[in-house]
Amino acid sequence: MNQSIISNLALSASLSVAVALAAGCANSDSSGSPTAAALPRTAAEAILPEAQIARGHHLVSTSGCHDCHTPWKMGDKGPEPDFSRALSGHPEAMQLPPAPAPQGPWMMSAAATNTAWAGPWGVSFTANLTPDRETGLGEWTRDTFIQTIRTGRHLGRGRPILPPMPIPAYQNFSDDELGSIFAYLQTLPAVKNHVPEPLPPSAPVAPSVKLSKAEL
Amino acid sequence: MFVLHMDTASEHTPSTARARSRRWAQGGSAQAFGAALLAAPLAWAAATWNTAETPRGTPVAMARSGAAPLPTRLSETGLYVAGSTTVIAPENAAFVPQYPLWSDGASKRRWIALPPGTQIDASSRDAWVFPIGTRFWKEFSFGERTETRYIERLADGSYRYATYVWDAQLGDALLAPEAGIRGARELASGVQHDIPSGSDCRSCHEGRRSPVLGFNALQLSPDRDPLAPHREELPPGALDLPELVRRELIVNLPAELLEHPPRIDAPSATARAAAGYLFGNCANCHNAEGPLAVVGLDFDQAVGAEGGHTRLATSVALRRSRFRLPGETASFRAVPAQPEHSSLWFRMQARDPQNQMPPLGTKQVDAAGLQLIAQWISHDLPAPPPSTQR
Repeated sequence: MNQSIISNLALSASLSVAVALAAGCANSDSSGSPTAAALPRTAAEAILPEAQIARGHHLVSTSGCHDCHTPWKMGDKGPEPDFSRALSGHPEAMQLPPAPAPQGPWMMSAAATNTAWAGPWGVSFTANLTPDRETGLGEWTRDTFIQTIRTGRHLGRGRPILPPMPIPAYQNFSDDELGSIFAYLQTLPAVKNHVPEPLPPSAPVAPSVKLSKAEL
Repeated sequence: MFVLHMDTASEHTPSTARARSRRWAQGGSAQAFGAALLAAPLAWAAATWNTAETPRGTPVAMARSGAAPLPTRLSETGLYVAGSTTVIAPENAAFVPQYPLWSDGASKRRWIALPPGTQIDASSRDAWVFPIGTRFWKEFSFGERTETRYIERLADGSYRYATYVWDAQLGDALLAPEAGIRGARELASGVQHDIPSGSDCRSCHEGRRSPVLGFNALQLSPDRDPLAPHREELPPGALDLPELVRRELIVNLPAELLEHPPRIDAPSATARAAAGYLFGNCANCHNAEGPLAVVGLDFDQAVGAEGGHTRLATSVALRRSRFRLPGETASFRAVPAQPEHSSLWFRMQARDPQNQMPPLGTKQVDAAGLQLIAQWISHDLPAPPPSTQR
């Protein structure tokens, strides 16, 4: 990828991510009450799986999920989400050089796919949200998904969810809304894509692990 | 690769970032508007991630609804005799689990108080039922008293959790805020002890059959494991199974558990201690019945069950790990004879938030626990038959 494409990607992607996150943020008004609740919603809709899935689709489409969880590619008109890999997270096969070190006011950088982000927290890779049982959310439960957002921790009790995932914004979703999002995600085609583990800031390169004989 | 600009995270709070977003939305360019909205969640997350500030605020009880507010001082919770913060009230009984949780080397003391005339119901040998009003305290000291955690069973059957932070000048401990306190005490250069948040409390305590983690038949067995890392001597009068019965604090405890005190069924002393260590430190999340059962990693031990170590070994030995070790395209939870290629060992020796296990409550590696697990994987963890490897 040449420098001009990279620049185009940078501008377009940053605008798109910003706008997408703006959409995510716009789910809450200044009082913190979810404005997405303004969507038509009845008691019947709340219990009909089809309505729940449709609502989840709407929330996913308007909350910026694709901007980071769907890998970007170069299209005819510039960078765009690659919907053939919709919401499958950072591509497993993508080889990345070490991220630039955060320096001065330039604190964060992102890969052109928009799926790998580096900053003071290390390097984060966006998760596979498709229902693949081995590499995605196939084994997750609705409750686990909700608790992940509520606590900001993987599976609701593991490692912290890292930037740029806008956990504080998404914590404004109601349980119903998060349940709808989960219901929709479970209808996606499963994509087998094992997203790498995040890298800590102190170990951008795989550490050498050796045990001394004394330890054994 | 592109680089996004944002101001230094320390300048941002959610409210200031939102205010800035609004200002730019009113008068700035579209790009600035987008950048502001992008910066808000990122800055908040980064600030949350890296802050070393101590967010002391108005103490808020980590309480469920419907209960009276928690006292603001530990001395008002009933732990001590009136007018003291050192003399334990006689109705509060000390106990010591045989497989203590690693807490960065803190020395700990623990007490339980049952409402007068009530008893623990041990009908379910692995999930004792505690009377409404039961209270637990656990004191953490790093050289001096640092915090005392508190659990109480409420009238609706739920539990509430709180932490009291010691103030040396005050001579008492004060209720911590719901958000916890980051950097409450320096453990080593650059390593700070955090007071857990309410969410942290619930993450650890509400992941298995009982929210009470260190007070159960296996932990209070008089057949204590001599190889348990950080094992503690029992203070005089401390509760174990016979003492619970003698004081008539428990009912429906199967007689066989007194005749044959609970002990993990394992083929060697090292295997027993390793299984106990993983039970005491990991099974609160990694068990077969809680929210993380989907992970399929089971460190639980059922009292009196045969094959406790075998079940553990089956759960980890040459079982594929979703977590991949750096540089590996496929990793296993444990590779017999190769601890350094086992994700279990790797994550235990990590202390960066992304990789470390446990993910909460510890900033320093448990060298003794790590060595035990390394020895176990090296010498006492059998490889499963090839047909069962996954």
